[in-house]
Amino acid sequence: MVDIITSCQLPVASCQSSFISQKEIKISICSLNIWYTDTQAIEDVSLDIEKNKVTAIIGPSGCGKSTLIRAMNRMNDIIPSVKVKGEILLDGENIYGEDIDVVGIRRRIGMVFQRPNPFPKSVFENVAYGLKINGLIKKKEELIEKIEQALKDAALWSEVKDRLGDSALDLSGGQQQRLCIARALAIEPEVILFDEPCSSLDPTATAKIEELIQELKKKYTIVIVTHNMQQAARISDFSAFLLLGKLIEFNRTDKIFTHPEDKRTENYITGRFG
Amino acid sequence: MKKFFRRGKGIEFLFLFFALASVFFLAGIVVVLFSSGLLILRTVTLREFILGRYWHPLFYEPPAYGILPIILGSFWVTLGAMCIAIPLGVGAAVYIAEVASPQLKEILKPVIELLGAIPSVVYGFFGVVALAPFIMRLFDLPIGFTALTASILLGLMALPTIVTISEDVISSVPVLYREASYALGATKLETAAKVVFPAAFPGIVTAIILGMGRAIGETMVVMMVAGGSAIIPRSFLQPVRAMTATIGLEMGEAASGSPHMHALFGIGCVLFVLTLLFSIAAERFSIRFRRQVGI
Repeated sequence: MVDIITSCQLPVASCQSSFISQKEIKISICSLNIWYTDTQAIEDVSLDIEKNKVTAIIGPSGCGKSTLIRAMNRMNDIIPSVKVKGEILLDGENIYGEDIDVVGIRRRIGMVFQRPNPFPKSVFENVAYGLKINGLIKKKEELIEKIEQALKDAALWSEVKDRLGDSALDLSGGQQQRLCIARALAIEPEVILFDEPCSSLDPTATAKIEELIQELKKKYTIVIVTHNMQQAARISDFSAFLLLGKLIEFNRTDKIFTHPEDKRTENYITGRFG
Repeated sequence: MKKFFRRGKGIEFLFLFFALASVFFLAGIVVVLFSSGLLILRTVTLREFILGRYWHPLFYEPPAYGILPIILGSFWVTLGAMCIAIPLGVGAAVYIAEVASPQLKEILKPVIELLGAIPSVVYGFFGVVALAPFIMRLFDLPIGFTALTASILLGLMALPTIVTISEDVISSVPVLYREASYALGATKLETAAKVVFPAAFPGIVTAIILGMGRAIGETMVVMMVAGGSAIIPRSFLQPVRAMTATIGLEMGEAASGSPHMHALFGIGCVLFVLTLLFSIAAERFSIRFRRQVGI
């Protein structure tokens, strides 16, 4: 492990994974450890995320999937008792470095949460929020244009174009989740993190989100946490299997699901536990 | 009969009685209040009563039963109290909910709640011995019993209601909203100002209305420190007489069945309607808040 840590300290570096081309690495997680007060949630995880690909993090409940993905845009900072050790490099820059601008990092790495969480504002205001606070627009026309584009990219425009002024809380669960995606897209991040985005949605809404993710990877780098293995198999290019805070196996999704190298991975994907 | 009780029907009726008791009491109070209060309309018209500029129920011939100065007295004192209690209360609630460390929160919340546990006569006493002389000297007035004095004390008294409810409301804004905002690159301040506060706003309005209800219904303090002259107030440094204080002060000297007594009940009716409107408004906003934050 020692040599891996050394390699992480180089400007643009990766930790392992021969199947990922070094030039295409967007995020590199290096020897990451995370504790909640005394319990360790993530233990020495190293993982590379390739640009314009979908990387799925799978594993049983409580294995640290959410903790890991929330570490990538420093969402864990909100919880006071969390301690982080290790590095996460975004284009070679450690987002846990000393002089890092956390707010700037979160602008570059968007996130969609487990439960749809639109603000209790209008559909329009929900998408406008990120644009406004980040000062990304100068004119009203530009704002309208960007909101329309974001809603189109999130495959929601046709359903909401006549009700932009309505409260976002009046939309269905699936629409709310796509609104949250539109909201994240509006500020044009480089990476989008999906933390079990379909866990509270019905199959039709889930299918729409999955289709959307396929579309989005052309422009964005995507990381998705899911407890649904079929979902991971359907939409991801790479899969990381996490168990009790440890990375058990990380490989191309087709490899993981057909020829898992580790017995535990095999047991999990064949449904023997989890 | 045995079967009846075994099924728990007896208990059910007992609790139904408890539940209805408060409804009966309320109905009784309303009936008594309005049956006496409306009798004042035999002496003066509604317009003369509500908009009359002179309150001379005694020692004048003919007596005048206009309660406009008294309504305005209550209005001024409540307005002044709110000018003090809203910024202080909401500010304190935002600080406690969003900024203060957990340890500081542990101290601040109970201390502010303790303010609400002090009997109103103690506030009145404090007003008489400390605040009124201070106001008198500060503004160089002949007497320290003014609308301002009462406003300050009522503001303090409404503070616990406003702080406690507002703080609960702000804290109950789901962490989901905050996370969504942070994930879009918002700072803590932007999140508090543009997401948490707007989401909590209807709830904060509820807190303010309930605080106002407390201020307008408060009797002891306004009796002790507001000065008590029933003239239309022109400034906060004048003595005023509020509705509650009028009833409290004059009930003893009004002859039973006299127009004076009916007028006092009439004031009670006005007060009842006002506080009822406050409660309805508070409930409305509270429903809106719960809908917004999904609880």
